Amino acid sequence: MQLSHGGETSPTGAPVARWSVEQVLALAPDAASRKAGTRLGAAGPWSGTGSDATGAVWGLCKGSGSTPYRTVVDTTGPAYACSCPSRKFPCKHALGLLLLRASDDAAFRPAEPADWVATWLAGRRARAAQTGGSSAAGGDGARGPVDTDAARKRAERRAERVTGGAQELEQRLGDLLRGGLAATDRSGYGLWEETAARMVDAQAPGLAARVRELGAITGSGAGWPVRLLEECALLHLLDTAWLGRDRLPDPLAATVRTRVGLPMSAEGPPVRDHWLVLAQYDTPDGKIVTRRIWLYGRGSGRTALLLSFGAAGRSPDRALPVGATIDAELTPYPGGGQLRAEPSEQFGTTASAGPPPGIAAAAAPAVYGNALREDPWLEAWPVTLRDVIPVPSKDGWQLADAHAGAQPGAPAGAHADSTADEPADGPADARTGSALPIAPAALSRPGLWKLVALSGGGPVTVFGELGHRGFDPFAAWDPGEREEGGGTTGGSLVQLV
Amino acid sequence: MPHTTGPTATTTADASTTPASTSTSTSASASVDALPWEDLVTSALLGTDRRPPASRGGPVPADAPAALLDAAALHTVRRRAGLLPAVPEARPEPAAPDPRPALPEAARHRLAHLLADRSAPSGGGRRGTAPDLTELIPQWLAIANRRGFRAPAALLPPLLDAARARTDLRPQALAFAGPRGRWLAGLNPDWKFALRGSASGAPPTDTTDPDAVARLWEEGLFAERVALLDAVRAQDPPAGLALLATTWSAERAEDRLMFLDSLRSGLGDADEPFLEQALSDRSRNVRATAAELLSALPGSALAGRMAARAMSCVHPDRTGDVAAIAVEAPHECDAGMQRDGVMAVPPTGRGERSWWLGQLVEATPLGVWEERFGGRPAEEVVALPVADDWADELHTAWCRAAVRQRDPRWARALLGRPSAPVASGPGTASIAERSKLLAILDAGERASWVAGFIAAHGLSEAFQLLGVCTVPWAGPLGRAVVDALDIARDGGSYPWSFSGVMGLAERCLDPAEADRLEVLTAAQDEQEGASPGAGGYWSEAFQRLVSTLRLRAAMEAELMA
Repeated sequence: MQLSHGGETSPTGAPVARWSVEQVLALAPDAASRKAGTRLGAAGPWSGTGSDATGAVWGLCKGSGSTPYRTVVDTTGPAYACSCPSRKFPCKHALGLLLLRASDDAAFRPAEPADWVATWLAGRRARAAQTGGSSAAGGDGARGPVDTDAARKRAERRAERVTGGAQELEQRLGDLLRGGLAATDRSGYGLWEETAARMVDAQAPGLAARVRELGAITGSGAGWPVRLLEECALLHLLDTAWLGRDRLPDPLAATVRTRVGLPMSAEGPPVRDHWLVLAQYDTPDGKIVTRRIWLYGRGSGRTALLLSFGAAGRSPDRALPVGATIDAELTPYPGGGQLRAEPSEQFGTTASAGPPPGIAAAAAPAVYGNALREDPWLEAWPVTLRDVIPVPSKDGWQLADAHAGAQPGAPAGAHADSTADEPADGPADARTGSALPIAPAALSRPGLWKLVALSGGGPVTVFGELGHRGFDPFAAWDPGEREEGGGTTGGSLVQLV
Repeated sequence: MPHTTGPTATTTADASTTPASTSTSTSASASVDALPWEDLVTSALLGTDRRPPASRGGPVPADAPAALLDAAALHTVRRRAGLLPAVPEARPEPAAPDPRPALPEAARHRLAHLLADRSAPSGGGRRGTAPDLTELIPQWLAIANRRGFRAPAALLPPLLDAARARTDLRPQALAFAGPRGRWLAGLNPDWKFALRGSASGAPPTDTTDPDAVARLWEEGLFAERVALLDAVRAQDPPAGLALLATTWSAERAEDRLMFLDSLRSGLGDADEPFLEQALSDRSRNVRATAAELLSALPGSALAGRMAARAMSCVHPDRTGDVAAIAVEAPHECDAGMQRDGVMAVPPTGRGERSWWLGQLVEATPLGVWEERFGGRPAEEVVALPVADDWADELHTAWCRAAVRQRDPRWARALLGRPSAPVASGPGTASIAERSKLLAILDAGERASWVAGFIAAHGLSEAFQLLGVCTVPWAGPLGRAVVDALDIARDGGSYPWSFSGVMGLAERCLDPAEADRLEVLTAAQDEQEGASPGAGGYWSEAFQRLVSTLRLRAAMEAELMA
């Protein structure tokens, strides 16, 4: 990997996109960084700022010490480096630098990178080229026969332990059903916690997590026996599927392995596409923060999910600007109904375009239903709903089709993009057409009110997950001023989570 | 479950490829699959030992729990795969269109920051060098409303939340939120406040159609009627009075009081007959308000009556050689005085004669006194010595009269020179009264008086006076405040003794002063006798002042773009 500074064309080949303030702020790991970065997003503390055609941006930020911090961002990554001691990632200086660039591009004259910038860039891009190369050559498999042999033995030992765990779990479920679920109301959490601990011992974290959730269902309001039976049944289904996995088709077997909690690696054929960043949000899970980034591939029509994790109070280090489109290659994880992927190579950011082609609310449940064929344990499936109106209902909200003519069509695949030409018969009368209830989890989030405000009673396009509990909105496109005839234009993307 | 379950015929086929079909399948478990879901739930709840999962008289499967779970898994996946959309509820009426232009992008981001900062946890006790963004929201909203921009829909929820927490933001925030904001507030009980009262940014009442006006006046809610009266009065004061007169005698006492208050705007001699009549009102509060309004009309009969009474009490002192004022407070409060609004019973701790005197002087047209004391101008009248310790009582009453009659000449005279020692002024020493008197003067005069006051007396008593000055502060005033802060720093005290004035300066100084202030942000050497560390805190406070001013300038520029 050779890299020279200046003179050459950008390795991205595409114009280097300048991120908007909103996109930069979406990169902030937490509210405090966002606030601190905002304060540094003015010319005051900065000197020696510059940028080059390869997408690198750098500057010196005066802090409390005598030497200014050296901050550099590779916007093609994006990747950040700063000489400050902060453990936040990106740190406030990197955010401030990008904010300054977003608001005052003139401060960044194209220039030769300073030495410290060039060194970091060269090192980083060399590393990126190496990892890219090795994963293309087969990733972990390239280590040699001895390693593979040992790894296979380890995997077999683990599978045996999981099998033991699954059998034990089957027994416990059997005992439970023989005695009746009503008894769990009295035994409380202890029963489930102990069983979950046994599954952790059996190295089956997926089973352990499911067991722990069973504990939360007991006595969780009206209808809990039904929900408990459903979840027990699905757990039983997973147990028996694991025990009989030799007889399953490959994709389903991979799904079962993932669900049980065996470590999987991204190994599917890579997909290069222009990926629209739909949403990025963090959920705390014990001591670990899980970051989810949803992407939509313009060319492939695929929806992909990137997961990254931050331990012990640190935020996950991967961050993509919501609303931007990145030209990247993703490697999918194996398994049916598996959306998760890992970015293997990134080529740059491109200008954003409008939302994915959406479907009507009427057609959405069938999409989830179809996805269940690949993975019966799916809680929900991502869909983009086109022209739906948030409507208050008895105990929450719904998303109702704006057009009564939107029929439950038969989209063939999971990524259906039909209904682009629904009849223009105007807004539907009340209580006709179709609607999806908003999932209970989303009802208490401030994003719901953003969605309602964006709609103003008119149709909006919304991305989210539809599951058996309802629709959970993640992002919506600002319809802006309504066009003649009630249609909507693809405005800017507003994240709702 | 809000979904409905779909026809199972098609979805069973979907589910048949799931691993459920891989579990052992005997004829008995096949019959369990056929059991209705409710039977499965009952069996699971009570236990398969007590209630085996089998149809009446049918075979009981060997491994009943496993068979039950197999069947339940099939049901669960089948049901999830066969979900159908729900029936929509009645759609809400769409929000009224908002024709105002969208915000410039930079201004939209700024508003998002200002609102996000409000909800972010504050950094604890010390304020540091960063601007207090929340305090800038009112200013931002005022400029945006003046420029007539439409609020971005996605920011309406945080905007309404901010207005919910701070009532002082509400009028501007709701005007900015516009029809979409009101529409949204109608759907969330948390934002009920936005639907209340006339401050909700409701479209201005249409006063052009007399029939509509009359109908609204007859049938409207109280708040609507107050808004209507205010609107009519603002356009055509006599018409407002006429409107009020049509229903006056039928109104409830507390409503009469509120309506009477609406006459304050556009008050003129034409209102006198009506007010004179209201002096005989059944309600004491209505009578008092009517008297107060009449006394603000120097040509009114009530003002004349009060002047006659006051003049019999306050007259030139002819006993000595120098000109002076002699006071003989009234000995009784007769029925006529009471009808003219004089309260007979003083508050606890006040003598009734001085109480009556104060009310007489307050309601007397000020011009009377210049005549009474040989044509002396107001300044000289105020400077006259007053016999028998009546000076305070008399001057305070004159202050109230000047405020009520909005008389700048007397206000000026009572304020005196700003540099005069605080306690020895001819007028009043009370800062509260001075700020009321200042409010009568025009903006420039007000600013230069306060500047002179601060130059002479420092900042310790200036807070209230600064509060009545127009924003941004005029040049001389701004310089006086900054100089005084600089002096306070040199004095060695901590900046938080002046945090009130600092906060005002951040919001009210002309942003153009930022460059001039930059020199003050440098840390200074610790001075002899200064409080430990004060220098650092001061430079921090000045940095915050400068960065806030810069931010305000940026904010304004973004909205002017």
